[in-house]
Amino acid sequence: MKSTLVRLLGAAVLAGMAAMGVARAEELKVGFVYVGPVGDYGWTFRHDVARKAVEAAFPGKVKTTFVESVKEGPDAERVIRQMAASGNKLIFTTSFGFMNPTVKVAKQFPAVKFEHATGYKRTANLSTYSARFYEGRAIIGHIAGRLSKTGVVGYIASFPIPEVVRGINAFTIALRKVNPEAKVKVIWVNTWYDPGKEADAAKALIDQGADIIAQHTDSPAPLQVAEKRGVKGFGQASDMIKFAPKSQLTAIVDNWNPYYIARTKAVMDGSWKSEATWAGIKPGMVKMAPYTNMPADVKAEAEALQAKLASGEVHAFDGPIKDQSGKEVVKAGEHLDDKTLATMDYYVEGVDDKLKK
Amino acid sequence: MDHAYLTPLILAIIATATPLLLAATGELVTEKSGVLNLGIEGMMLMGAVSGFVTAKLTGSMVLALVAAGLTGMAMSALFGFLALVLLANQVASGLALTIFGVGLSALVGANWVGQPIDPLPVLFPAALAELPLVGPVLFAHDFLTYLSFGAIAGVWWFLYRTKAGLILRAVGDAHDSAHAIGYNVVKVRFLATLFGGCMSGLAGAYLSLVYTPMWAENMSAGRGWIALALIVFATWRPGRVLIGAYLFGAIAILQLHAQGAGLDIPAQFLNMLPYLATILVLVIISRDAVRIRLNAPACIGKAFHPAA
Repeated sequence: MKSTLVRLLGAAVLAGMAAMGVARAEELKVGFVYVGPVGDYGWTFRHDVARKAVEAAFPGKVKTTFVESVKEGPDAERVIRQMAASGNKLIFTTSFGFMNPTVKVAKQFPAVKFEHATGYKRTANLSTYSARFYEGRAIIGHIAGRLSKTGVVGYIASFPIPEVVRGINAFTIALRKVNPEAKVKVIWVNTWYDPGKEADAAKALIDQGADIIAQHTDSPAPLQVAEKRGVKGFGQASDMIKFAPKSQLTAIVDNWNPYYIARTKAVMDGSWKSEATWAGIKPGMVKMAPYTNMPADVKAEAEALQAKLASGEVHAFDGPIKDQSGKEVVKAGEHLDDKTLATMDYYVEGVDDKLKK
Repeated sequence: MDHAYLTPLILAIIATATPLLLAATGELVTEKSGVLNLGIEGMMLMGAVSGFVTAKLTGSMVLALVAAGLTGMAMSALFGFLALVLLANQVASGLALTIFGVGLSALVGANWVGQPIDPLPVLFPAALAELPLVGPVLFAHDFLTYLSFGAIAGVWWFLYRTKAGLILRAVGDAHDSAHAIGYNVVKVRFLATLFGGCMSGLAGAYLSLVYTPMWAENMSAGRGWIALALIVFATWRPGRVLIGAYLFGAIAILQLHAQGAGLDIPAQFLNMLPYLATILVLVIISRDAVRIRLNAPACIGKAFHPAA
């Protein structure tokens, strides 16, 4: 409530400024709607890095604006509509909860192109895009399997949505390919971002025997704990090596830069079409931070796996895969299809947690 | 449960409880003087960012803590000016202070996101912390953790064992009477508000220099509001503020351990536990209305008009 007020004011000021500034004839205006603060050093931070990359890629030809910390709900629709009304020709809305508001506004502004992250509803002027982060999670799962001595790996999870469950599963499958006895302990913190709570969760997992910590929350706090306690961990969204020089093994880095630049270019040259993009390591939407703090052979394996995931030789969900009850969900020689992955709501074998439905 | 498991558990609980205790101790004094400052969250964030930036720029932890305390005081002075001098509504001014602090700290800290920092050092030599059993629990802490205990004990002593404390409580309970016998109500309240701001600033510094040594926007994540709830939970008694902060910290940590241990309880329910406990205690305490009225400052949130 309190923050909504600030955001609204911010939105109004931004929109006002955008409306007053007379864009040069050839200048393309691109708008970004963020769910979190640009200073979160996680999800929104990476989107904003890509926004700056768009400005840098087309000097003088693109003018970007953004509104941060927009609540998923009625506020979002107002902010998006304001963005469209103030002359932005391409608008990125970067959270799942912006889906319906974006669809609604897209219908009202057919001449404006919209891009919605992680959603599934498209119209003639609304594309969707997302990244196959689970490919990165397969790599870190492999590394964890090779390096864990206790066979217990801690996983700090945010919310039980398919994206997060898919990540846990991809991680666990890769982990148990290397170490069939290994277990994944999951703690749900029910937040994307609360450094203190994430740190507490990391401490609890380490106290319960985990010697490697993976996270699906946005702050570097768990890595800081890992560094202090002398265990290993993985960065999230950004390369967080500065926070854990002795502890970070690698990080799954969100890299929206090429996509945002390509889509901006497409609007400029008129080739923009509504499409669904779900890209992974291959086009570089998911990048891995340098592999550090591990023996050379593990590093080589990680690099090889990364190359195979990129070429399609290996799929993160290659069968045979069993769910927690031991039932086979994919046969050997096949892999889970995108539709199943997109709606994943069960754990695979080896996750030491129960998913409430 | 052997002590190899217990010790880190206790350390984690202390770390979770300390920022709550620091902020709640300050707010307790503020509220005892009859002022309700809802701006803790904003003051904490400003303390966190100023402490972090000062430590980064000067490399001095002492200066960082001084800066955090002074920033908290400056924020509370702003509130004091609005609510005590201009007699603006305290609830609205406090909320505005939080909104202001969230925004300003984000602005000030924009260039400091994503930078690590060495945490506040442990106060005692490492050899003491290596003592078996009690070593880590007693000696492995930084200055702010010890301060949090010292401050709550000091506040108890001040409120109930000194004349100044008696005056402060008198101002909080009956400002017209206190004024009539010659005490400067606004001055007493202003000082109490400044103390609250200083402690909130230090609580913020604990977050950015000890708990999770970094600066990130909105990193307090609602702890200021919990500190505020703690006061009511404790029915304005220093001893209970201490217990409440640790109870809250303990439940917050234990629910994570319960999840890690694979207890078959929904995570959402466990996440709810600390708040549920707060409500439960409130309900139990509220059954005895007289005892609340004994401790609650009667003039809390009321503006003071000397002429009236």
